[in-house]
Amino acid sequence: MDFWQLAISGLANGSVYGLIALGFVLIYKATEAVNFAQGDFMMMGAFITIWLTNEQYLGFSFWLAIPLAILIMALLGYLLDVVVIRRMFGQPQIAVIILTIALGFIIRFAAGAIWSHEPQLLETPFAGREVHFGGLVLGFEEVAVIIVTLLLTMFLFLFFKKAKLGKAMQAASQNQLAAYYVGIPVKRIQSLVWALGGSVAAVAGILFASKGAVDPSTGLLGIKAFAAAVIGGFGSLPGALIGGLIIGLIEPFAAYGLPAGYSQVAPYALMLLVLIFRPAGLFSQMHEKKV
Amino acid sequence: MSLLSLENVTLSFGGLIAVNNVSFHVGEGEVFSLVGPNGAGKSTVFNLISRFYDPQKGNIKVNGESILRLRPDQVPSLGIARTFQNIELFEQSTVLQNLLIGRQRHRKSNLLSEMFFAPSVRQEERRHRHVVEEVIDFLELQAYRDKYIAGLPYGIRKVVELARALATEPKLLLLDEPASGLSLEETNDMIYWIEDIKKQMNITVLMVEHDMNLVASVSDRVLALADGKELAIGTPSEVQSHPDVIKAYLGTGGEINV
Amino acid sequence: MRFVFKRSYDDDIKLFKHRPQAFYYLALLILMLALPLLLDDFFLGEVTYVLIFAIAGMGLMLLTGHTGQVSLGHAAFLALGAYLNAIMLSKGIPFVITLPLAGILTGIIGMIIALPVLRLHGIYLAIATLAISVLADDIIVMAEPFTGGVTGLVAPPIDIFGLDIDRYGTPILFYFLVLFVTLFVLMIYRNIMRSPLGRAFVAMRDSEISAQALGVNITKTKATAFAISCAITGLAGALLGHFAGAFNNETFNIVLSIQLLLMIVIGGLGSIHGAFFGAMVVGFLPQFIAISRDFATDNFGFNSLSMPGIETGVFALILVLFILFEPMGIYGRWVKIRTYFELFPFYRKNMFKRQKSYLKTERMK
Repeated sequence: MDFWQLAISGLANGSVYGLIALGFVLIYKATEAVNFAQGDFMMMGAFITIWLTNEQYLGFSFWLAIPLAILIMALLGYLLDVVVIRRMFGQPQIAVIILTIALGFIIRFAAGAIWSHEPQLLETPFAGREVHFGGLVLGFEEVAVIIVTLLLTMFLFLFFKKAKLGKAMQAASQNQLAAYYVGIPVKRIQSLVWALGGSVAAVAGILFASKGAVDPSTGLLGIKAFAAAVIGGFGSLPGALIGGLIIGLIEPFAAYGLPAGYSQVAPYALMLLVLIFRPAGLFSQMHEKKV
Repeated sequence: MSLLSLENVTLSFGGLIAVNNVSFHVGEGEVFSLVGPNGAGKSTVFNLISRFYDPQKGNIKVNGESILRLRPDQVPSLGIARTFQNIELFEQSTVLQNLLIGRQRHRKSNLLSEMFFAPSVRQEERRHRHVVEEVIDFLELQAYRDKYIAGLPYGIRKVVELARALATEPKLLLLDEPASGLSLEETNDMIYWIEDIKKQMNITVLMVEHDMNLVASVSDRVLALADGKELAIGTPSEVQSHPDVIKAYLGTGGEINV
Repeated sequence: MRFVFKRSYDDDIKLFKHRPQAFYYLALLILMLALPLLLDDFFLGEVTYVLIFAIAGMGLMLLTGHTGQVSLGHAAFLALGAYLNAIMLSKGIPFVITLPLAGILTGIIGMIIALPVLRLHGIYLAIATLAISVLADDIIVMAEPFTGGVTGLVAPPIDIFGLDIDRYGTPILFYFLVLFVTLFVLMIYRNIMRSPLGRAFVAMRDSEISAQALGVNITKTKATAFAISCAITGLAGALLGHFAGAFNNETFNIVLSIQLLLMIVIGGLGSIHGAFFGAMVVGFLPQFIAISRDFATDNFGFNSLSMPGIETGVFALILVLFILFEPMGIYGRWVKIRTYFELFPFYRKNMFKRQKSYLKTERMK
């Protein structure tokens, strides 16, 4: 039973990593911009929810706070694109990477300034509730995290495959000029993608904060989400989630089996191995270009 | 002995056969052109010679020796230089710097002497510059010497692309659509330059081109390709009047009832 | 207007384009040498700090600015240099050997570490180097017997032929030591960039395919770039260790790696000057913030500016502003201003306009 507890807890953590990676792959798939601040978006989403629902701040109902927080983050994502990212139109990819890194720092600083650097816990209506499943006692939050993540991934996968908007987003990411020619409003689509990325991050933040405390530097676990996206294969949505789950599972088992300190390096070591031997990850989306 | 020879070269990308059992020789000092509709496999042949691709079957030989074991960066040391169809110049550098990079294969200095800029390095630099200046004179690029590529018009970039290849002092020059996108005057300039390259510099030229005027003016022999297969080989006029070539370019020419 | 008449090929090869430029730099050198006479110990220490970061900046600039290999992991090499230097010194090896040796060893080890990731481009390389930096942090803790783990090491005193050099005890001597290393690295950097190797670096940055087609051995050249970059960074790390006095894994964390990159972007990617300008921003920003904070408190009664992490926040904000409005960095802006005066009144606003390229997916590489 110990094994399953570890596994479920790992899966729950992994789901959060997966969700962050998802938001990140989403933005990459649709705009080829790498959002290094995705982890900080998640942190922001968590704090906004805390601000909305915790007693010490606004104290709204939890079920009201969730959609509100998601909406606010979507708006922030949209605004970020309109005000900042859009100006990078036509600049090399590396410039956007550096920009988002810096944005991450700024977001972290802003969060610290507004809500202080103290770790805070999200007040949820199901704190402490448990789920009994086949002899196991699991935290309600952990199960909720896993289920919500799975649903969201499926939804996004279908969205990109079938929905007109989703396909337009993909087109804009592969060839902006061509997308313009067929009538796709590329700039507006990009902003919508960032809004989507923001909302996914918000969901990740809510789920994470319901499991444990958050503070402004929590966003740094976005780096693990990178590892997840790399392992799963950049540009693959299910890959991002699976990568996250893999990392989530490795952590507790590595801590169990390896001496202290070694378990921390496991996700990054794994990521480096993947980069070296199979850079395209598990679900490759890279192709050869004909010169 | 021919300078370059391809023997039964075949390459497919997945299900698409890009080059299908193609063979030809290029003799020293001749101007040999590859023509054919788009997608015929012409640029692929170039990329095979440049060693960016490996053929699945067949052999490619330079001066009688197979080059299939070479890396792309070892090809220039055989005396082969190429231009690219979609210009691959170094955008953030000046014309002069681009041409000087063309001298890489003649680099004799090592890291240590470069770190301290030993007199031998300085001598080398002067020599490289001298060769590059001769190319600049030949192609009349003096006015653009210190200009950054990023600001130059398309026609000039094409010329710089050619200059950079010439700066390597090649024996065999691969030109990938040298006249594409050029105006009539610029194409005429290109015709003169290719003739000079052949006659005065004794450089062998292998050219991919669509502009039949250019091809007919300078080529000694022409090979027509379509769908990766050889259609016809011979002098420009022989190839142009070959029935298979006409069919590939213009279609089967059935009756049109007006 | 200034016309530069060139009379021989050497005019393009030599270090300074024309007499006045050489004169300005000479004046700058004299100023730097005379600095101890003009500044007190505290500010001299600040300048020393800036110089150390300029060296680190040059290390990263060579790799990222001139060779196009993005590295988010250079703090790892700063750490390597610092630890190697301190460990060797504590074994009794004289400083004149440990310093260059720390640099060379860091260069070699850095190159070996980088070999597996050389094939990666753009974002993948950035993430791989990020991982290297994170791993370095953990590895330092794990290698406790050598590195002192979380407690860290204390940099042993420097003794050059009997002369004691200490950051606090003899700040002037320490300053000259750092200045010397800075000038040495600068000379090497400039020499490399005006030689075939430097051109090969730039070629790889701008078009790997045509660099290959012209005879540049990509793997070997990238490895060389990494080696030199890490060596320079190692030197900076060793000096940083002495400047800090004591250091541990926290000193060289991932945030430092990121700051290094942000720093050279602010300074001006692709230019040696950029390393220096960026270092000046990093070095003087804390002072500037402290002064503005006092100013704001005095005049507006603000008390809220004493927030932790404000330095990184402001730094990041400066970077964002630069990327949006002056992507060529401080040096870029400087060049534009200088060109304006040189070409007056013929300066055209769009002279430096960068070609916008519509995004074509990088997934078809």
